[in-house]
Amino acid sequence: MNWTQLFSSSIGKKIVMALTGIFLVVFLVVHCYVNANVFFEHPEMNFNKAAHFMGTNFLVRLTEIGLFAGFLLHIFQGYKLELQNRSTRTSRYAVTAGNKTSKWYSRSMAILGTLILLFLIIHLAHFWVPSRITGLEEVTYDGQVYHNLYLEMQNVFAQPLSVAIYLLGCFSLSWHLLHGIQSASQTMGWTSKNYFPMIKKTGTIFSILIPFIFALMPLHFYFSWPTIKGAFTLLF
Amino acid sequence: MQHYSMNLKLKVWRQKNSHDQGHFENYDVKDISSEMSFLEMIDVLNERLIKEGHDSIAFDHDCREGICGMCSMVINGQPHGPWKGTTTCQLHMRAFKDGDVITIEPFRANAYPVIKDLMVSRSAFDRIIQAGGYVSVNTGNAVDGNAIPIEKDKADDAFAAAACIGCGACVAACKNASAMLFVSAKVSHLALLPQGEPERKQRVVSMIAQMDKEGFGSCTNTYACEAECPKEISVMNIARLNREYLQSSLSGS
Repeated sequence: MNWTQLFSSSIGKKIVMALTGIFLVVFLVVHCYVNANVFFEHPEMNFNKAAHFMGTNFLVRLTEIGLFAGFLLHIFQGYKLELQNRSTRTSRYAVTAGNKTSKWYSRSMAILGTLILLFLIIHLAHFWVPSRITGLEEVTYDGQVYHNLYLEMQNVFAQPLSVAIYLLGCFSLSWHLLHGIQSASQTMGWTSKNYFPMIKKTGTIFSILIPFIFALMPLHFYFSWPTIKGAFTLLF
Repeated sequence: MQHYSMNLKLKVWRQKNSHDQGHFENYDVKDISSEMSFLEMIDVLNERLIKEGHDSIAFDHDCREGICGMCSMVINGQPHGPWKGTTTCQLHMRAFKDGDVITIEPFRANAYPVIKDLMVSRSAFDRIIQAGGYVSVNTGNAVDGNAIPIEKDKADDAFAAAACIGCGACVAACKNASAMLFVSAKVSHLALLPQGEPERKQRVVSMIAQMDKEGFGSCTNTYACEAECPKEISVMNIARLNREYLQSSLSGS
Protein backbone atom coordinates (compact mmCIF):
# COMPACT_ATOMS: atom_id res chain seq x y z
CA MET A 1 0.00 0.00 0.00
CA ASN A 2 1.36 3.42 -0.96
CA TRP A 3 0.55 7.05 -0.09
CA THR A 4 -1.81 7.50 -3.05
CA GLN A 5 -3.85 4.50 -1.94
CA LEU A 6 -3.89 5.73 1.66
CA PHE A 7 -5.18 9.21 0.84
CA SER A 8 -7.68 8.02 -1.77
CA SER A 9 -9.28 5.55 0.69
CA SER A 10 -12.29 6.60 2.75
CA ILE A 11 -10.23 6.57 5.98
CA GLY A 12 -7.35 8.47 4.31
CA LYS A 13 -9.71 11.24 3.17
CA LYS A 14 -11.00 11.55 6.72
CA ILE A 15 -7.42 11.70 8.04
CA VAL A 16 -6.79 14.70 5.76
CA MET A 17 -9.90 16.37 7.23
CA ALA A 18 -8.75 15.60 10.79
CA LEU A 19 -5.13 16.76 10.37
CA THR A 20 -6.04 20.00 8.58
CA GLY A 21 -8.80 20.55 11.16
CA ILE A 22 -6.35 20.16 14.06
CA PHE A 23 -3.94 22.57 12.35
CA LEU A 24 -6.73 25.13 11.98
CA VAL A 25 -7.63 24.68 15.66
CA VAL A 26 -4.03 25.55 16.61
CA PHE A 27 -4.27 28.64 14.38
CA LEU A 28 -7.43 29.70 16.23
CA VAL A 29 -5.56 29.66 19.55
CA VAL A 30 -2.75 31.86 18.17
CA HIS A 31 -5.22 34.23 16.47
CA CYS A 32 -7.28 34.51 19.66
CA TYR A 33 -4.16 35.19 21.77
CA VAL A 34 -2.93 37.98 19.48
CA ASN A 35 -6.35 39.64 19.23
CA ALA A 36 -6.95 39.44 22.99
CA ASN A 37 -4.56 42.41 23.27
CA VAL A 38 -7.54 44.65 22.54
CA PHE A 39 -9.03 43.79 25.96
CA PHE A 40 -6.00 44.96 27.98
CA GLU A 41 -4.17 48.21 28.72
CA HIS A 42 -2.65 50.17 25.78
CA PRO A 43 -4.75 48.10 23.37
CA GLU A 44 -3.96 50.08 20.23
CA MET A 45 -0.16 49.96 20.54
CA ASN A 46 0.06 46.40 21.83
CA PHE A 47 -2.36 45.00 19.24
CA ASN A 48 -0.73 46.86 16.34
CA LYS A 49 2.73 45.72 17.44
CA ALA A 50 1.56 42.10 17.76
CA ALA A 51 -0.13 42.29 14.34
CA HIS A 52 3.07 43.77 12.91
CA PHE A 53 5.05 40.83 14.30
CA MET A 54 2.58 38.36 12.79
CA GLY A 55 2.75 40.14 9.45
CA THR A 56 6.51 40.49 9.18
CA ASN A 57 8.11 37.51 10.95
CA PHE A 58 9.52 35.10 8.35
CA LEU A 59 8.43 31.93 10.16
CA VAL A 60 4.92 33.26 10.71
CA ARG A 61 4.64 34.24 7.04
CA LEU A 62 5.85 30.79 6.03
CA THR A 63 3.23 29.20 8.29
CA GLU A 64 0.65 31.52 6.70
CA ILE A 65 1.20 29.75 3.37
CA GLY A 66 0.58 26.46 5.17
CA LEU A 67 -2.50 27.98 6.75
CA PHE A 68 -4.01 28.92 3.40
CA ALA A 69 -3.15 25.47 2.04
CA GLY A 70 -4.74 23.89 5.15
CA PHE A 71 -7.90 25.95 4.73
CA LEU A 72 -8.22 25.11 1.03
CA LEU A 73 -7.58 21.39 1.61
CA HIS A 74 -10.09 21.27 4.50
CA ILE A 75 -12.73 23.11 2.44
CA PHE A 76 -12.32 21.19 -0.83
CA GLN A 77 -11.95 17.77 0.79
CA GLY A 78 -14.94 18.55 3.05
CA TYR A 79 -17.20 19.39 0.11
CA LYS A 80 -15.92 16.41 -1.87
CA LEU A 81 -16.67 14.03 1.03
CA GLU A 82 -20.08 15.61 1.59
CA LEU A 83 -21.03 15.08 -2.07
CA GLN A 84 -19.68 11.51 -2.04
CA ASN A 85 -21.54 10.71 1.17
CA ARG A 86 -24.78 12.19 -0.15
CA SER A 87 -24.53 10.02 -3.26
CA THR A 88 -24.54 6.77 -1.23
CA ARG A 89 -28.30 6.89 -0.63
CA THR A 90 -30.33 8.01 -3.65
CA SER A 91 -33.59 6.64 -2.22
CA ARG A 92 -34.31 8.77 0.89
CA TYR A 93 -36.16 7.69 4.04
CA ALA A 94 -39.72 8.95 4.49
CA VAL A 95 -39.19 9.09 8.27
CA THR A 96 -35.84 9.72 9.98
CA ALA A 97 -34.76 9.29 13.60
CA GLY A 98 -33.56 12.92 13.67
CA ASN A 99 -32.03 13.95 16.98
CA LYS A 100 -32.91 10.66 18.73
CA THR A 101 -29.71 8.95 17.59
CA SER A 102 -27.27 11.73 16.68
CA LYS A 103 -26.68 15.42 17.35
CA TRP A 104 -27.95 17.91 14.74
CA TYR A 105 -24.59 19.68 14.52
CA SER A 106 -22.74 16.42 13.84
CA ARG A 107 -25.01 15.94 10.81
CA SER A 108 -24.66 19.58 9.69
CA MET A 109 -20.89 20.02 9.41
CA ALA A 110 -21.07 21.01 5.73
CA ILE A 111 -23.71 23.68 6.38
CA LEU A 112 -21.83 25.02 9.42
CA GLY A 113 -18.61 24.89 7.39
CA THR A 114 -20.25 26.86 4.59
CA LEU A 115 -21.37 29.55 7.05
CA ILE A 116 -17.78 29.73 8.38
CA LEU A 117 -16.46 29.96 4.79
CA LEU A 118 -18.80 32.87 4.00
CA PHE A 119 -17.70 34.54 7.22
CA LEU A 120 -14.06 33.89 6.34
CA ILE A 121 -14.40 35.63 2.94
CA ILE A 122 -15.94 38.72 4.62
CA HIS A 123 -13.32 38.57 7.39
CA LEU A 124 -10.40 38.43 4.92
CA ALA A 125 -11.92 41.35 2.97
CA HIS A 126 -12.21 43.35 6.20
CA PHE A 127 -8.71 42.85 7.55
CA TRP A 128 -6.33 40.65 5.55
CA VAL A 129 -6.81 42.38 2.17
CA PRO A 130 -6.27 45.97 3.49
CA SER A 131 -3.34 44.85 5.65
CA ARG A 132 -1.51 42.92 2.91
CA ILE A 133 -2.70 44.41 -0.38
CA THR A 134 -4.70 47.65 -0.47
CA GLY A 135 -3.01 49.33 2.49
CA LEU A 136 -4.00 50.76 5.87
CA GLU A 137 -3.55 54.00 7.79
CA GLU A 138 -0.20 54.11 9.56
CA VAL A 139 0.81 54.96 13.09
CA THR A 140 4.25 55.55 14.66
CA TYR A 141 5.43 54.12 18.00
CA ASP A 142 9.00 54.85 19.21
CA GLY A 143 9.97 56.05 15.74
CA GLN A 144 8.79 52.90 13.98
CA VAL A 145 5.86 52.84 11.54
CA TYR A 146 3.06 50.29 12.01
CA HIS A 147 -0.23 49.52 10.22
CA ASN A 148 -3.12 50.80 12.33
CA LEU A 149 -5.12 47.57 12.25
CA TYR A 150 -6.70 48.57 15.56
CA LEU A 151 -8.35 51.55 13.85
CA GLU A 152 -9.63 49.21 11.14
CA MET A 153 -11.21 47.03 13.85
CA GLN A 154 -12.85 50.12 15.37
CA ASN A 155 -14.24 51.13 11.95
CA VAL A 156 -15.51 47.66 11.04
CA PHE A 157 -17.12 47.01 14.41
CA ALA A 158 -18.85 50.38 14.48
CA GLN A 159 -21.35 48.92 12.01
CA PRO A 160 -24.11 46.77 13.57
CA LEU A 161 -24.31 44.54 10.46
CA SER A 162 -20.61 43.62 10.77
CA VAL A 163 -21.07 42.83 14.47
CA ALA A 164 -24.03 40.57 13.61
CA ILE A 165 -22.04 38.76 10.88
CA TYR A 166 -19.11 38.20 13.27
CA LEU A 167 -21.38 36.89 16.01
CA LEU A 168 -23.00 34.47 13.54
CA GLY A 169 -19.50 33.41 12.43
CA CYS A 170 -18.47 32.69 16.05
CA PHE A 171 -21.71 30.80 16.64
CA SER A 172 -21.17 28.60 13.54
CA LEU A 173 -17.55 28.04 14.54
CA SER A 174 -18.59 26.90 18.01
CA TRP A 175 -21.01 24.24 16.72
CA HIS A 176 -18.51 23.17 14.03
CA LEU A 177 -15.78 22.68 16.66
CA LEU A 178 -18.14 20.94 19.08
CA HIS A 179 -18.33 18.03 16.66
CA GLY A 180 -15.02 18.60 14.88
CA ILE A 181 -12.58 18.23 17.77
CA GLN A 182 -13.83 14.90 19.10
CA SER A 183 -14.44 13.69 15.53
CA ALA A 184 -10.83 14.46 14.54
CA SER A 185 -9.58 12.54 17.60
CA GLN A 186 -11.76 9.58 16.66
CA THR A 187 -10.58 9.64 13.02
CA MET A 188 -6.93 9.74 14.12
CA GLY A 189 -7.63 6.71 16.33
CA TRP A 190 -6.65 8.57 19.50
CA THR A 191 -9.88 7.73 21.31
CA SER A 192 -10.51 4.74 23.53
CA LYS A 193 -13.21 3.98 26.07
CA ASN A 194 -11.05 5.36 28.91
CA TYR A 195 -10.09 8.64 27.22
CA PHE A 196 -13.15 9.43 25.10
CA PRO A 197 -15.14 11.21 27.85
CA MET A 198 -12.11 13.42 28.64
CA ILE A 199 -11.52 14.24 24.95
CA LYS A 200 -15.20 15.11 24.52
CA LYS A 201 -15.15 17.39 27.60
CA THR A 202 -11.93 19.16 26.54
CA GLY A 203 -13.38 19.61 23.03
CA THR A 204 -16.59 21.06 24.45
CA ILE A 205 -14.76 23.56 26.68
CA PHE A 206 -12.53 24.63 23.78
CA SER A 207 -15.48 24.94 21.37
CA ILE A 208 -17.29 27.28 23.73
CA LEU A 209 -14.34 29.23 25.13
CA ILE A 210 -12.45 30.24 21.97
CA PRO A 211 -15.49 31.38 19.91
CA PHE A 212 -16.76 33.18 23.05
CA ILE A 213 -13.54 35.20 23.35
CA PHE A 214 -13.70 35.97 19.61
CA ALA A 215 -17.35 37.03 19.96
CA LEU A 216 -16.41 39.47 22.73
CA MET A 217 -14.17 41.43 20.31
CA PRO A 218 -16.82 42.99 18.02
CA LEU A 219 -18.99 43.62 21.12
CA HIS A 220 -16.02 45.24 22.90
CA PHE A 221 -15.62 47.76 20.08
CA TYR A 222 -19.31 48.30 19.36
CA PHE A 223 -20.16 49.08 22.98
CA SER A 224 -16.77 50.76 23.68
CA TRP A 225 -16.13 48.57 26.72
CA PRO A 226 -13.21 49.73 28.89
CA THR A 227 -9.95 47.79 28.85
CA ILE A 228 -8.85 45.61 31.74
CA LYS A 229 -6.49 47.94 33.68
CA GLY A 230 -3.41 46.79 35.50
CA ALA A 231 -3.62 43.37 33.97
CA PHE A 232 -0.80 41.77 32.05
CA THR A 233 -0.36 42.64 28.38
CA LEU A 234 -0.02 40.08 25.66
CA LEU A 235 3.08 41.38 23.94
CA PHE A 236 5.43 39.84 21.45
CA MET B 1 -47.55 -5.37 32.06
CA GLN B 2 -51.21 -5.75 31.13
CA HIS B 3 -51.91 -7.49 27.81
CA TYR B 4 -53.90 -5.39 25.36
CA SER B 5 -54.91 -5.45 21.72
CA MET B 6 -54.63 -2.62 19.24
CA ASN B 7 -55.61 -1.39 15.80
CA LEU B 8 -52.84 0.14 13.73
CA LYS B 9 -52.30 1.98 10.49
CA LEU B 10 -49.27 0.70 8.59
CA LYS B 11 -47.47 2.57 5.82
CA VAL B 12 -45.41 -0.12 4.12
CA TRP B 13 -42.85 0.28 1.33
CA ARG B 14 -43.75 -1.92 -1.63
CA GLN B 15 -41.25 -2.47 -4.44
CA LYS B 16 -41.47 -5.26 -7.03
CA ASN B 17 -37.72 -5.54 -7.66
CA SER B 18 -34.50 -3.51 -7.72
CA HIS B 19 -35.54 -1.73 -10.92
CA ASP B 20 -38.99 -0.73 -9.67
CA GLN B 21 -39.45 2.81 -8.31
CA GLY B 22 -41.30 1.62 -5.21
CA HIS B 23 -44.09 3.32 -3.27
CA PHE B 24 -45.85 3.30 0.10
CA GLU B 25 -49.09 1.40 0.62
CA ASN B 26 -51.42 1.84 3.58
CA TYR B 27 -52.83 -1.09 5.52
CA ASP B 28 -55.18 -1.18 8.52
CA VAL B 29 -54.43 -4.05 10.89
CA LYS B 30 -56.89 -4.93 13.64
CA ASP B 31 -56.82 -6.80 16.97
CA ILE B 32 -53.04 -7.03 17.22
CA SER B 33 -51.91 -8.48 20.55
CA SER B 34 -49.35 -6.55 22.57
CA GLU B 35 -47.57 -9.86 23.12
CA MET B 36 -46.92 -10.47 19.41
CA SER B 37 -43.52 -9.80 17.93
CA PHE B 38 -43.33 -7.17 15.18
CA LEU B 39 -42.72 -9.85 12.55
CA GLU B 40 -45.72 -11.86 13.80
CA MET B 41 -47.82 -8.75 13.28
CA ILE B 42 -46.64 -8.66 9.64
CA ASP B 43 -47.30 -12.42 9.40
CA VAL B 44 -50.93 -11.75 10.40
CA LEU B 45 -51.22 -9.03 7.76
CA ASN B 46 -49.58 -11.27 5.13
CA GLU B 47 -52.04 -14.13 5.83
CA ARG B 48 -54.88 -11.70 5.22
CA LEU B 49 -53.26 -10.36 2.02
CA ILE B 50 -52.79 -13.90 0.70
CA LYS B 51 -56.42 -14.81 1.51
CA GLU B 52 -57.57 -11.68 -0.32
CA GLY B 53 -55.48 -12.70 -3.33
CA HIS B 54 -52.86 -9.93 -2.95
CA ASP B 55 -49.10 -10.21 -3.02
CA SER B 56 -47.72 -10.66 0.51
CA ILE B 57 -45.10 -8.26 1.91
CA ALA B 58 -41.59 -9.68 1.45
CA PHE B 59 -39.26 -9.30 4.43
CA ASP B 60 -36.11 -11.03 5.67
CA HIS B 61 -36.10 -13.22 8.78
CA ASP B 62 -34.57 -16.45 9.97
CA CYS B 63 -33.92 -17.33 13.63
CA ARG B 64 -36.36 -14.85 15.20
CA GLU B 65 -34.15 -15.05 18.30
CA GLY B 66 -32.10 -11.90 17.64
CA ILE B 67 -28.89 -13.70 16.73
CA CYS B 68 -28.85 -14.40 12.99
CA GLY B 69 -28.82 -10.83 11.64
CA MET B 70 -31.37 -11.51 8.88
CA CYS B 71 -34.28 -9.31 9.95
CA SER B 72 -34.01 -5.67 8.98
CA MET B 73 -36.59 -2.91 8.26
CA VAL B 74 -36.60 0.72 9.28
CA ILE B 75 -39.56 1.27 11.60
CA ASN B 76 -40.63 4.89 12.08
CA GLY B 77 -37.19 6.06 11.00
CA GLN B 78 -35.22 3.65 13.19
CA PRO B 79 -33.52 0.46 11.97
CA HIS B 80 -34.98 -2.45 14.00
CA GLY B 81 -37.52 -0.06 15.55
CA PRO B 82 -37.67 1.98 18.75
CA TRP B 83 -36.20 -0.41 21.33
CA LYS B 84 -32.50 -0.08 22.16
CA GLY B 85 -30.25 -3.10 21.56
CA THR B 86 -33.06 -5.09 19.93
CA THR B 87 -33.52 -6.69 16.50
CA THR B 88 -36.85 -6.36 14.64
CA CYS B 89 -37.73 -9.98 15.47
CA GLN B 90 -37.32 -9.27 19.19
CA LEU B 91 -39.29 -6.04 19.03
CA HIS B 92 -42.73 -6.64 20.50
CA MET B 93 -45.99 -4.89 19.79
CA ARG B 94 -46.16 -3.57 23.34
CA ALA B 95 -43.75 -0.92 22.02
CA PHE B 96 -46.82 0.56 20.27
CA LYS B 97 -50.27 1.69 21.30
CA ASP B 98 -53.75 1.58 19.80
CA GLY B 99 -54.17 3.91 16.83
CA ASP B 100 -50.44 4.30 16.09
CA VAL B 101 -49.30 4.93 12.52
CA ILE B 102 -46.20 2.87 11.75
CA THR B 103 -44.03 3.61 8.71
CA ILE B 104 -42.04 0.56 7.59
CA GLU B 105 -39.24 1.00 5.05
CA PRO B 106 -36.36 -1.16 3.82
CA PHE B 107 -32.74 -0.44 4.87
CA ARG B 108 -31.90 2.27 2.35
CA ALA B 109 -28.40 2.47 0.84
CA ASN B 110 -27.17 2.19 -2.73
CA ALA B 111 -24.88 -0.61 -1.55
CA TYR B 112 -28.03 -2.48 -0.39
CA PRO B 113 -30.20 -2.91 -3.50
CA VAL B 114 -33.83 -3.77 -2.72
CA ILE B 115 -34.67 -7.34 -3.75
CA LYS B 116 -38.37 -6.95 -3.02
CA ASP B 117 -40.43 -4.77 -0.65
CA LEU B 118 -38.52 -4.76 2.67
CA MET B 119 -35.85 -7.27 1.59
CA VAL B 120 -32.44 -5.88 0.64
CA SER B 121 -29.29 -7.60 -0.58
CA ARG B 122 -26.55 -7.34 2.03
CA SER B 123 -24.08 -9.39 -0.05
CA ALA B 124 -21.67 -6.44 0.08
CA PHE B 125 -20.96 -7.44 3.72
CA ASP B 126 -20.15 -11.01 2.60
CA ARG B 127 -17.65 -9.67 0.06
CA ILE B 128 -16.01 -7.48 2.74
CA ILE B 129 -15.60 -10.57 4.96
CA GLN B 130 -14.24 -12.54 1.99
CA ALA B 131 -11.63 -9.81 1.47
CA GLY B 132 -9.99 -10.56 4.81
CA GLY B 133 -12.38 -11.01 7.72
CA TYR B 134 -11.19 -14.46 8.59
CA VAL B 135 -8.27 -16.42 10.05
CA SER B 136 -6.57 -18.74 7.55
CA VAL B 137 -6.50 -22.28 8.87
CA ASN B 138 -3.83 -24.69 7.78
CA THR B 139 -4.40 -28.44 7.68
CA GLY B 140 -4.10 -30.43 10.86
CA ASN B 141 -6.05 -30.54 14.06
CA ALA B 142 -7.64 -27.37 15.37
CA VAL B 143 -5.70 -25.95 18.31
CA ASP B 144 -7.61 -25.86 21.58
CA GLY B 145 -8.70 -22.19 21.87
CA ASN B 146 -8.34 -22.28 25.65
CA ALA B 147 -4.68 -23.32 25.36
CA ILE B 148 -3.76 -19.82 24.07
CA PRO B 149 -3.48 -17.28 26.91
CA ILE B 150 -5.36 -14.02 26.22
CA GLU B 151 -5.58 -10.99 28.53
CA LYS B 152 -9.03 -10.66 30.10
CA ASP B 153 -9.54 -7.05 28.84
CA LYS B 154 -8.66 -7.99 25.28
CA ALA B 155 -10.81 -11.11 25.39
CA ASP B 156 -13.75 -9.03 26.62
CA ASP B 157 -13.30 -6.37 23.90
CA ALA B 158 -12.86 -9.04 21.22
CA PHE B 159 -16.00 -10.81 22.42
CA ALA B 160 -18.00 -7.55 22.46
CA ALA B 161 -16.89 -6.85 18.86
CA ALA B 162 -17.63 -10.43 17.80
CA ALA B 163 -21.23 -9.95 18.95
CA CYS B 164 -21.84 -8.10 15.64
CA ILE B 165 -24.41 -10.13 13.69
CA GLY B 166 -23.79 -8.25 10.42
CA CYS B 167 -27.41 -7.12 10.10
CA GLY B 168 -26.47 -3.80 8.49
CA ALA B 169 -28.46 -1.54 10.82
CA CYS B 170 -25.33 0.65 11.11
CA VAL B 171 -25.40 1.32 7.36
CA ALA B 172 -29.16 1.93 7.45
CA ALA B 173 -28.84 4.39 10.35
CA CYS B 174 -25.81 6.29 9.07
CA LYS B 175 -26.53 9.49 7.16
CA ASN B 176 -23.64 8.53 4.86
CA ALA B 177 -24.60 4.84 4.59
CA SER B 178 -21.16 4.03 5.99
CA ALA B 179 -20.25 0.46 6.91
CA MET B 180 -17.49 1.48 9.32
CA LEU B 181 -19.12 0.05 12.47
CA PHE B 182 -19.54 -3.38 10.88
CA VAL B 183 -16.01 -3.43 9.42
CA SER B 184 -14.52 -2.09 12.67
CA ALA B 185 -16.23 -4.84 14.68
CA LYS B 186 -14.88 -7.55 12.39
CA VAL B 187 -11.36 -6.04 12.28
CA SER B 188 -11.30 -5.45 16.07
CA HIS B 189 -12.52 -8.94 16.88
CA LEU B 190 -9.57 -10.51 15.04
CA ALA B 191 -6.95 -7.80 15.71
CA LEU B 192 -7.34 -8.25 19.48
CA LEU B 193 -6.74 -11.99 19.42
CA PRO B 194 -3.44 -13.83 18.87
CA GLN B 195 -5.14 -16.02 16.26
CA GLY B 196 -5.73 -12.94 14.09
CA GLU B 197 -2.19 -11.55 14.47
CA PRO B 198 -0.43 -13.11 11.41
CA GLU B 199 -2.85 -11.50 8.91
CA ARG B 200 -3.56 -8.39 10.96
CA LYS B 201 -1.97 -5.76 8.70
CA GLN B 202 -3.16 -7.07 5.35
CA ARG B 203 -6.65 -7.80 6.68
CA VAL B 204 -7.56 -4.21 7.54
CA VAL B 205 -6.20 -2.84 4.25
CA SER B 206 -8.06 -5.43 2.14
CA MET B 207 -11.35 -5.05 4.03
CA ILE B 208 -11.31 -1.25 3.74
CA ALA B 209 -10.47 -1.46 0.01
CA GLN B 210 -13.48 -3.76 -0.49
CA MET B 211 -15.70 -1.54 1.69
CA ASP B 212 -14.84 1.48 -0.50
CA LYS B 213 -15.42 -0.56 -3.67
CA GLU B 214 -18.92 -1.50 -2.53
CA GLY B 215 -19.96 2.17 -2.46
CA PHE B 216 -20.49 2.71 1.27
CA GLY B 217 -19.99 6.27 2.51
CA SER B 218 -17.22 7.43 4.82
CA CYS B 219 -17.65 7.80 8.57
CA THR B 220 -18.32 11.31 9.88
CA ASN B 221 -18.58 10.20 13.52
CA THR B 222 -22.22 11.09 14.16
CA TYR B 223 -22.49 7.79 16.12
CA ALA B 224 -26.05 7.05 14.92
CA CYS B 225 -24.72 3.53 14.15
CA GLU B 226 -23.88 2.81 17.80
CA ALA B 227 -27.26 4.16 18.93
CA GLU B 228 -29.12 1.85 16.53
CA CYS B 229 -26.94 -1.29 16.68
CA PRO B 230 -29.02 -4.19 18.06
CA LYS B 231 -25.83 -5.64 19.57
CA GLU B 232 -24.67 -2.25 20.89
CA ILE B 233 -21.28 -2.45 19.19
CA SER B 234 -19.16 0.47 20.44
CA VAL B 235 -17.82 3.20 18.13
CA MET B 236 -14.50 2.77 19.95
CA ASN B 237 -14.04 -0.09 17.49
CA ILE B 238 -14.05 2.53 14.70
CA ALA B 239 -11.19 4.36 16.47
CA ARG B 240 -9.33 1.02 16.63
CA LEU B 241 -10.04 0.42 12.92
CA ASN B 242 -8.63 3.87 12.07
CA ARG B 243 -5.53 3.10 14.17
CA GLU B 244 -5.07 -0.31 12.58
CA TYR B 245 -5.47 1.15 9.09
CA LEU B 246 -3.04 4.02 9.69
CA GLN B 247 -0.45 1.73 11.28
CA SER B 248 -0.71 -0.80 8.41
CA SER B 249 -0.43 1.98 5.84
CA LEU B 250 2.57 3.63 7.49
CA SER B 251 4.41 0.33 7.87
CA GLY B 252 3.96 -0.25 4.13
CA SER B 253 1.68 -3.29 4.25
